Amino acid sequence: MTITFIMDGKEVTAQDGQTLLDVARENGIDIPTICFHEATTANAVCRICVVEVEGQRVLQPSCIVKAATNMKVQTRSEKVIRARKTILEMLAATMDLSEAVEIQTMMKEYGASDGRFPDAEKRLSDVKDDNPMYIRDYSKCLLCWRCVQVCADDAQYTFAINFDGRGYETQIGTFFDKAIPETSCVLCGQCVGVCPTGALKPKREYLLEQGKTPAEISVMNTGKKQRKPR
Amino acid sequence: MSEIDLAPLKPAIERYIPLGRSGLLPALHAAQKIYGWLPESVAAEVAKKLRVPLADVHGVIEFYALFYNEPLGRKVIRVCTDPACALKDADGLLTKLCKQHDIEPHHTTGDLSLTIEPSPCLGMCELAPAVWTMDDGQWTVGDGEARPRSMVYGPIRELTKNCGNGTTSLKQYGEYKGLQKAITMQPKAVVEEIKASGLVGRGGAAFPTGIKWEGALNAEADQKYVICNADESEPGTFKDRILLLDDPHSTIEGMCIAAHAIGATKGYLYTRAEYPYIVPVLENALSEAREAGYLKDFDIEIRVGAGAYICGEETALFESIEGKRGFPRIKPPFPTTHGVFGKPTVINNVETLCNVPLIISMGSAEYRKIGTEKSPGPKLFCVSGDVTKPGMYEVPFGVSLREVLEMAGGVAGGKNLKSVLFGGAAGAFATSDHLDVKMTFEDLRAAGLPLGSGVVMVFDGTRDMRDVLKRLGRFFAHESCGKCYPCQMGTQRQKEILDRVADGKAQKDDFIRLQDVGWTMTDASICGLGQTAASATMSAMKLWPELFEVKS
Repeated sequence: MTITFIMDGKEVTAQDGQTLLDVARENGIDIPTICFHEATTANAVCRICVVEVEGQRVLQPSCIVKAATNMKVQTRSEKVIRARKTILEMLAATMDLSEAVEIQTMMKEYGASDGRFPDAEKRLSDVKDDNPMYIRDYSKCLLCWRCVQVCADDAQYTFAINFDGRGYETQIGTFFDKAIPETSCVLCGQCVGVCPTGALKPKREYLLEQGKTPAEISVMNTGKKQRKPR
Repeated sequence: MSEIDLAPLKPAIERYIPLGRSGLLPALHAAQKIYGWLPESVAAEVAKKLRVPLADVHGVIEFYALFYNEPLGRKVIRVCTDPACALKDADGLLTKLCKQHDIEPHHTTGDLSLTIEPSPCLGMCELAPAVWTMDDGQWTVGDGEARPRSMVYGPIRELTKNCGNGTTSLKQYGEYKGLQKAITMQPKAVVEEIKASGLVGRGGAAFPTGIKWEGALNAEADQKYVICNADESEPGTFKDRILLLDDPHSTIEGMCIAAHAIGATKGYLYTRAEYPYIVPVLENALSEAREAGYLKDFDIEIRVGAGAYICGEETALFESIEGKRGFPRIKPPFPTTHGVFGKPTVINNVETLCNVPLIISMGSAEYRKIGTEKSPGPKLFCVSGDVTKPGMYEVPFGVSLREVLEMAGGVAGGKNLKSVLFGGAAGAFATSDHLDVKMTFEDLRAAGLPLGSGVVMVFDGTRDMRDVLKRLGRFFAHESCGKCYPCQMGTQRQKEILDRVADGKAQKDDFIRLQDVGWTMTDASICGLGQTAASATMSAMKLWPELFEVKS
């Protein structure tokens, strides 16, 4: 079934079941996203994709709200802009965004200042370097949930990671803070693949950034087959 | 660490194994009762037996403030430091206790004999300062009482006729007359009667109860649920505590009627861990009801939270019953079609359910004679703070704030009134300009005040409202679940700014910062917690902008 509704003053059409974000993207309307990823279940946690829907008391996350006939949607109303800008400014006061290039771009676009909240307590964590495959730098984590989701029933069914704490103190963690090799982690790398901020990073990339040379990193052992003398 | 003996754990969690993941909170409670905390090997054994991933068990322990993954004292003293208790020098009491035992708040003595913790609202605001003590597994409140006293007043006693004199047994309560009448009626007729009564939810959101029931009745499913939300945690609210302790059968009867109306066979009564004294009262009342044959086609299981205000949000409460972190779900879909375990569910607050037997027994027409046309029925108000006679007041909707304050003996010590916090932490402030506002949904809405869960917290003219705001800010930062960004970071940013405002160190532009954070939480958060986390602060900014001025 085809649905017709209004987005940013223009009439747009959608197929039944399409989200407002889908429709916006098809129509060349830019709605920013942070936690959203095509491969994971949308949980609408970041709220950066919120839009104003006429008749709704609060802003609606476009990543999960479905298009409906006669809806009137504004993707850049004053309320929407204030929410997006403030969320970005709060992120900048919370975490290390130095490698979150997409978010830096959004901040420029929305005129969000990284110094908006002076004396804010940052969410800091030491780099966890406990396995041969990847490092975890949770000072850079913005809690998009993707890593937990792909580790669980969105992809791998490994259930190695979950959450520590709650509220502002939330951090991704393992059972009783175990090192990765002591968990059910199979080093599949799915979590590293979906991390948007460099909080999860391949170990080799991390070591190269630390100034190690390839030769230093790879203490090569080609593992020649030991042949028995015949 | 010495080896932990897992032998006593097995029989303690045996009965929760068939529940699978849904048995996780009860099993962790049972384990914590044995060991005093949740050591790694114990958590791992619970995970294995219930077949829940280790990381998920860890995530649950970490979420709930009253699950501990490090050792706790054999005796734990918790002192509420939220606004109503702060007025009665809770901070002084906490400091005194800590000095006495030579420890810091949040710390445990080296010999593990004692832990002292400041606590979010303990639901004993009328008995402030509230203290809750656990000594070798035995809970007491105040100065060692087994349960808090019930102070019940008001010109009418419809909802509270069985309150104020200890627990009402089934014999004293009499027959479930409302239920007996309801089962002679078609479910649809019961729903119509509730709709006709004009009853709306008393937990804070004021949703029409009959419409909720109708949705669940019309939903088709092999299993439906009725849940009583007794996770009362709103600072300033203590009515559900009194209703359940003194008159458990009203709530149980209300649940039974709801079950008949929607066709539910299973119910949960979810209460907060801070009310442990309620559990034996409920267990006893449930067995009385079972014996009397009221729970034949419908039975009720008691569930206990573990220190999380957010679990009073209905979908977070479902998650908690399912053995998960209390993250609110995205709505729609709504509980009436997709509730606990994805099944149609009616979830109502304790006070709402207590209205149900009343409505069915007396009929909706008679019920509507109480209160006003648009806000029919009796209402409970939790009056605390600087009044002469704090307590729970039952009044018909429509009395004025002035009348309620007069019933409570006015501002304590004959002082001036500074303000009244309406609706709790998630509420808004009123001043003496609002004294003649009628306490109805429509009049309060017009005055920009939320009725919420019926909190009337009074502050006299000598009080520093910045200190009150600081405590509200701390409360929300502590209780945010962390799921959505606006609330997860907004409650923290709000707390930081309110802290410095209270210290007289407001910075330039803090006013506008608070406003942007407040609106962002209000407009963009997932659930009611975030959407109201700035409500009291923003009402204070409107009333007293000078509080936020920068001191030169």
